[in-house]
Amino acid sequence: MLKELRIAGFGGQGVILSSIAVGRAATLYEGNYATMIQSFGPEARGGAASATLILSTDPVLYPYVTRPGILVVMSQEAYTRFTPELTDDGILLVEQDLVHLDNLVAGRRVYGIPATRIAESLGKKMVLNVVMTGFLCAVGKVVGHQACRKAIADLVPARFKELNLEAFEKGYEFGLNLASPNPSPEDVDAALLSLESMD
Amino acid sequence: MNADPAAVREGTHFMNGDAAACEGALAAGARFAAGYPITPSTEIVERFASRVPEVGGLFIQMEDELAASIAIQGMVWAGAKSFTVTSGPGFSLMMEHIGYAAMTETPCVFMDVQRGGPSTGLPTLPAQGDMMQARFGSHGDYQVIALCPNSPQECFELSVKSFNLAERYRLPVMLMMDECVGHMTEKVVVPAAEKIYVEPRRRTAKAPGDYRAYECGPDLVPEMAHAGEGHHLYVTGLTHDKRGYPVMNPATQRELVTRLFDKIKLAKNDLLMVDEDQTEGADVVVVSFGITSRVAERAIQMARAKGMKVGRLRLICVWPFPEDKIAALASRIKAFVVPELNMGQVVLEVERTVAGRCRTISVPHPGGTVHKPEDILAAIERGAR
Amino acid sequence: MSDSDCNLCAIGPANPVESVLRLDRIPTIWCPGCGIGTSVNSFAFALMNSGLDLKKVVIVSGIGCSGRVSGYVDLDAFHTTHGRAIPFATGLKLANPELTVIVYSGDGDLTSIGGNHLIHAARRNVDIKVFCVNNMIYAMTGGQAAATTPGAALSTTTPYGCFEPDLNIPHLVDAAGACYVARWTTYHVKQLERSMGEALKKKGFSFIEILSPCPTYFQRKNNMGDGLAAMEDYKKRSKIRNGAPTGEIAIVPGGDIIVGKFVDRERLDYLALMRQQLGSHYHERGCQTC
Repeated sequence: MLKELRIAGFGGQGVILSSIAVGRAATLYEGNYATMIQSFGPEARGGAASATLILSTDPVLYPYVTRPGILVVMSQEAYTRFTPELTDDGILLVEQDLVHLDNLVAGRRVYGIPATRIAESLGKKMVLNVVMTGFLCAVGKVVGHQACRKAIADLVPARFKELNLEAFEKGYEFGLNLASPNPSPEDVDAALLSLESMD
Repeated sequence: MNADPAAVREGTHFMNGDAAACEGALAAGARFAAGYPITPSTEIVERFASRVPEVGGLFIQMEDELAASIAIQGMVWAGAKSFTVTSGPGFSLMMEHIGYAAMTETPCVFMDVQRGGPSTGLPTLPAQGDMMQARFGSHGDYQVIALCPNSPQECFELSVKSFNLAERYRLPVMLMMDECVGHMTEKVVVPAAEKIYVEPRRRTAKAPGDYRAYECGPDLVPEMAHAGEGHHLYVTGLTHDKRGYPVMNPATQRELVTRLFDKIKLAKNDLLMVDEDQTEGADVVVVSFGITSRVAERAIQMARAKGMKVGRLRLICVWPFPEDKIAALASRIKAFVVPELNMGQVVLEVERTVAGRCRTISVPHPGGTVHKPEDILAAIERGAR
Repeated sequence: MSDSDCNLCAIGPANPVESVLRLDRIPTIWCPGCGIGTSVNSFAFALMNSGLDLKKVVIVSGIGCSGRVSGYVDLDAFHTTHGRAIPFATGLKLANPELTVIVYSGDGDLTSIGGNHLIHAARRNVDIKVFCVNNMIYAMTGGQAAATTPGAALSTTTPYGCFEPDLNIPHLVDAAGACYVARWTTYHVKQLERSMGEALKKKGFSFIEILSPCPTYFQRKNNMGDGLAAMEDYKKRSKIRNGAPTGEIAIVPGGDIIVGKFVDRERLDYLALMRQQLGSHYHERGCQTC
């Protein structure tokens, strides 16, 4: 198994926490190897935040990701900047209310989720990254549900643990429905909505 | 002795190299540090500043790197284990005090998270351009130890080792990280405190009056006393005799400087720290260190897949340079390939040691990222011809 | 130190301060008429009369003629690099608060190359005592201009006269927050001794400027006579004004030399402030090295 991904958005969205959660789940709870590199380069200025992750059953040698197979974007800037990197058959996961899918190259599978609205419905907009993480977990199948849930529980302050786990489950369920062969009608609508907005 | 359990975060972590180096320092017994902020090293002391009050120590942010690199030595002579962290421009400012630590035989650790240079260079991107500076950057002749981790796990382990070696040989030890390893997050296993060996300071048992600060036994490492113990210490960066008193003559200079060299020569077996694989029967051996060793390993795998006989020699301890190891291999192989994130520094030592017995192929890179494995592979292929 | 190492012991009666000197390091490198030795005499009396356990008193110096003081006083002594005595002393004090830490060095060392450290140690209020011998010139390197060279004085690097304004050191350290600030000349041996004694007892960053002649360079270059002439000059020009505002005590060639204790204030020192701020985050633990 070798998976290379990038999670990107703007500062304050919790991009790095999402990446750490996935890496932690893969290493601590699934016994695999993970190498995460947070972008500290000049592109990390101006409010952009991004991290890459390599998940593998073998030790990771080359540390950088140049062509991620999975790209998670939570801002328009991140979408514009990083979508060209995505492999030709890669999976793109977007926060559908924050990203307008312009100039998308055919062949990439796109999954959208209104993560901010879901987070708001839980009472805290700030858990949008955890909703996204659940979504990534279900659609990207990068780490198992239980492992990722545990990793999130480790990383968030105790008083916000329940909220975060709920956010994770909401994102996960949303993703599962989109990705499964028999999704619920509402989720099909949401998925279609997100795909329509590609034009 | 073993590490203090109160300071050891035993367990499996998903942690970056800077954080792991800090955990290593705490495990090794460092309770004091001084520093000056500089990317990409600052996270080490940010974490230390947060963690160390739990175990009764402190971090002081000094006014510059000159101050930080000498404040830690004051801490050491007061009885503490201490260190500083920096990156290229700050490392340049610390050079004078690396010399002072070598001359006064002050056990301390300098962590340099290397970034692209010269000058301000690339603050947030990796390089390995400070390797020669670590060895020769301060004026005059002296010896240091320099260790190069290639993962957050090794940042932890070699951080502990740096403190232990500093105590064992009483000299400044450089933990030569790079931005990639420092900012990379991976699994880090911190063992239980009782599994972590901590080298105690070599303190004298002699009574005041009998003790001479720079007198030493067969290993040429003097025993240490601290300020406030009644030994009437006199510690100076001037050339000094066994009492520590300044003596300005060629004979004292010869005796002192020769001993500073010889104590490391005597330790060469202890300081031979390499990761060696399939060098037996190899046509080409790739010599690398730090983050570059991981990219080199990818290239080695690619070459072996093509049927080439390629060995790995990863230098975990770069200074002192493992001359005997390189020399022994030189007469058996066709070529050494030396990739490094600089324009060719450690390769000079390989060339010198090889002395024409085989080819030495440099794979320089100015830094900012790591090599492409294909570039190292191309050098291996040239070497195998 | 043993008597047998000391060739002076055979000559005359014991020096009253020899118990705190390294007799095996004497004679000193200082020139006849130099004021550094005079200041050390006051320092030695201050030490002997301090009641401190001298085992716990440490002296740190930088580079220069005054930097050599650490080698002649029989305390734990650290002769560090040029300008860096203060940060070394800071590390020493913070890692072992039991120690009384004295920095004894010159004006070039402490205010030029080490000027930044002087400011920040005063600001942080690290509990160290800084005794600064100001001979207004770089003496050990052969008489170059310093940040303290006053007026149009001649030096080897200002052969047409110095034109850079000089530094008022007490004013600088006062502004940075020093708890104790005084200035004396080497004519004022008793006052200096008393002042050093006060500084040794004072909690917090303490600073004494000691004006001292350099007959070999400063006095000679500027036709000011020998060491004795310097004493007469100090005697004539000095005015004791305790509590004088430090902004008004700049040294003017030929003018009054204002001496005295200018600042004596209470401020929490670095470690006290740290403990106060950290509160229950700070856990006392034994030393790992020892």
